[in-house]
Amino acid sequence: MNSAPAPGVAADRTTTPPAGSTPSPLPRSRRRMLGSGAIVAAAVLILTGSILVAVTLGQAGISVREVWTVMTDRLGLSFLQVDTLGLGAQHPSDIRADVIWNMRLPRTLSAALIGAGLAVVGAIMQTLTRNPMADPYLLGISSGASFGAVMVIVAGIGGGLFGVSLGAFGGALGAFMLVLIIGQSSGTLTPVRMILAGVAIGALCSALTSFVILWVADPHATQDVQFWLSGSLAASRWSSLQIASVVFVAALLLFLWNARTLNAFTFGDDAAASLGVDVNRIRWLLLVACALLTGVLVAVSGSIGFVGLLLPHAVRFLVGPDHRLVLPLSALLGGVFLLWVDTVARTVFDPRELPVGVVTAIVGVPAFIWVLRKKQVRG
Amino acid sequence: MTTTAEPPTATSGGLRVDDVSWSVKGTVIVDGIELQGRPGEITGLLGPNGSGKTTLLRAIARLTRPDRGVVLLGGTDLSSLRRRDLARKLAVVEQHSGTDLDVTVLDVVLLGRTPYRSALQGDSEHDRVLALDALDQVDMLDLAGRKWTTLSGGEKQRVQLARALTQQPALLVLDEPTNHLDIAHALSLLALVRHAGLTTIAALHDLNLAAMFCDHLVVLNRGRLVAAGAPAEVLTPDLLREVYEVDADVSRHPQTGRPLLTFHPPSPRSNGTGHTTPGVAT
Repeated sequence: MNSAPAPGVAADRTTTPPAGSTPSPLPRSRRRMLGSGAIVAAAVLILTGSILVAVTLGQAGISVREVWTVMTDRLGLSFLQVDTLGLGAQHPSDIRADVIWNMRLPRTLSAALIGAGLAVVGAIMQTLTRNPMADPYLLGISSGASFGAVMVIVAGIGGGLFGVSLGAFGGALGAFMLVLIIGQSSGTLTPVRMILAGVAIGALCSALTSFVILWVADPHATQDVQFWLSGSLAASRWSSLQIASVVFVAALLLFLWNARTLNAFTFGDDAAASLGVDVNRIRWLLLVACALLTGVLVAVSGSIGFVGLLLPHAVRFLVGPDHRLVLPLSALLGGVFLLWVDTVARTVFDPRELPVGVVTAIVGVPAFIWVLRKKQVRG
Repeated sequence: MTTTAEPPTATSGGLRVDDVSWSVKGTVIVDGIELQGRPGEITGLLGPNGSGKTTLLRAIARLTRPDRGVVLLGGTDLSSLRRRDLARKLAVVEQHSGTDLDVTVLDVVLLGRTPYRSALQGDSEHDRVLALDALDQVDMLDLAGRKWTTLSGGEKQRVQLARALTQQPALLVLDEPTNHLDIAHALSLLALVRHAGLTTIAALHDLNLAAMFCDHLVVLNRGRLVAAGAPAEVLTPDLLREVYEVDADVSRHPQTGRPLLTFHPPSPRSNGTGHTTPGVAT
């Protein structure tokens, strides 16, 4: 390989470069890309199937066919009730139809939406802060959102879920700014400093949230504290999904639009800049979008931890680091993940319910330790 | 001390740095630098640690905005370009590039196509051919599918050079590209840079490597330009004593005819700053 490079300078110049016709090895990354459409399609099927099955699970033994019938009826798509696919019409009683349409489905879809959103936010934050441990919960951003939301409720500003979402966005953005400022040392963000700053800000916001709720002390205070600090999907209704799903779709499109640009951050900010990326503009745009998305998700579900840490790493482990594939797959599999976690949380100790954040933490902490050890997080 | 004797060639595709200065918190890091890099030639940027080499290169690549001065490439003021257009004209290889991500060699080289592709475009067949060609040029084609993290330091730098070539730039900016490499890899990397035939400006620490591979040398000391010219004009015992505070004999390389430096061990008494080193060069 290192055949003595003839130092005869002139001689070196005259050597013609190898002709343009290159042998075409098909490295694994290319094959990966070729199959990427199939992988995304498979993930869509898994998510759809998971939704249909998860809705059936719970006290009132419901069948997938009943779920399918209710869904397609309500959406005006009854022509999809095809017997040959095992999805023929099977009309449940009105009460069961109500349980399916007004309880189980919004809850299942909320879980999928929250999981998808948190996973995508984690993936973006890990890239832009060059911190493999970045996660909206670990960095205190979810707690900031909870605090912002609670302040809007307590101050009686109103505006319903919109007002709460706005407050959560404000809290998320404020917490994020603080973490970025504290996490900096001489102009560079160091991952460990950032996590420590996140833990501190998160603890502060959680404490303030508890304080404010207990100070106001309405009869549900304890439940409220639990909701905002460790998350729950029990209160999910169709109405609570609207804002979050609109913001999620908009943010996901923005992120996908910048997927190639995000790849340019592989070797850091300077490398991205010299590949033609306007680093500051992109960073602010995407980080504010992350705070917004985190805010509206927390307004629906309280702060659920570790999804944003766990999923992007799992996805990169499966398909490699290309954001064009990592982002859609994180969203889809994040949805699948939280949907099943929530299903476990609400069914295992039925009729009591486990807070969903408890389950994500039980799964997430070992993953946290794995990432910490494998990635040799820089101090 | 020598100064540029060449007639200005700024309009013919070369690099011209005009009166570039940069300071931080009142300390001047780079002070009124003027230099020229002729088309197709390698300009070596020399100087001790802290002399301002990296800062000057960052100002040229617009990674730092200079307080004053302009950088022209083929007559175009680089600060007038959009970043994306700049990345099509100028490619950078840093002295060290690290990532936690599990990218392959080909993934890294294809990053060089970033400034040519819009948001939703995939990598075209053309991009792929360019990337594989560049890998072939740096003798790394066989490793196209390898993971970046499994490469040696020398291989990583060659892959980064291939990535830079895939940007199809008019100017190559190299910041101490051989710093972490053993001599064999250092020699082969610089030979590959030569072979690429692009207008190049490279900060280098190893003066013998600079003498061997550069057409033109520029020496910085404490932010100021102190010498510029052909290697044989610039690398003199006097300059080495003044700038690097070392004593050396300068002879001719038996094969290339380029200057060959032989350094003297520092005398025991002047081990510290070297400021008082007695002149012993003949």
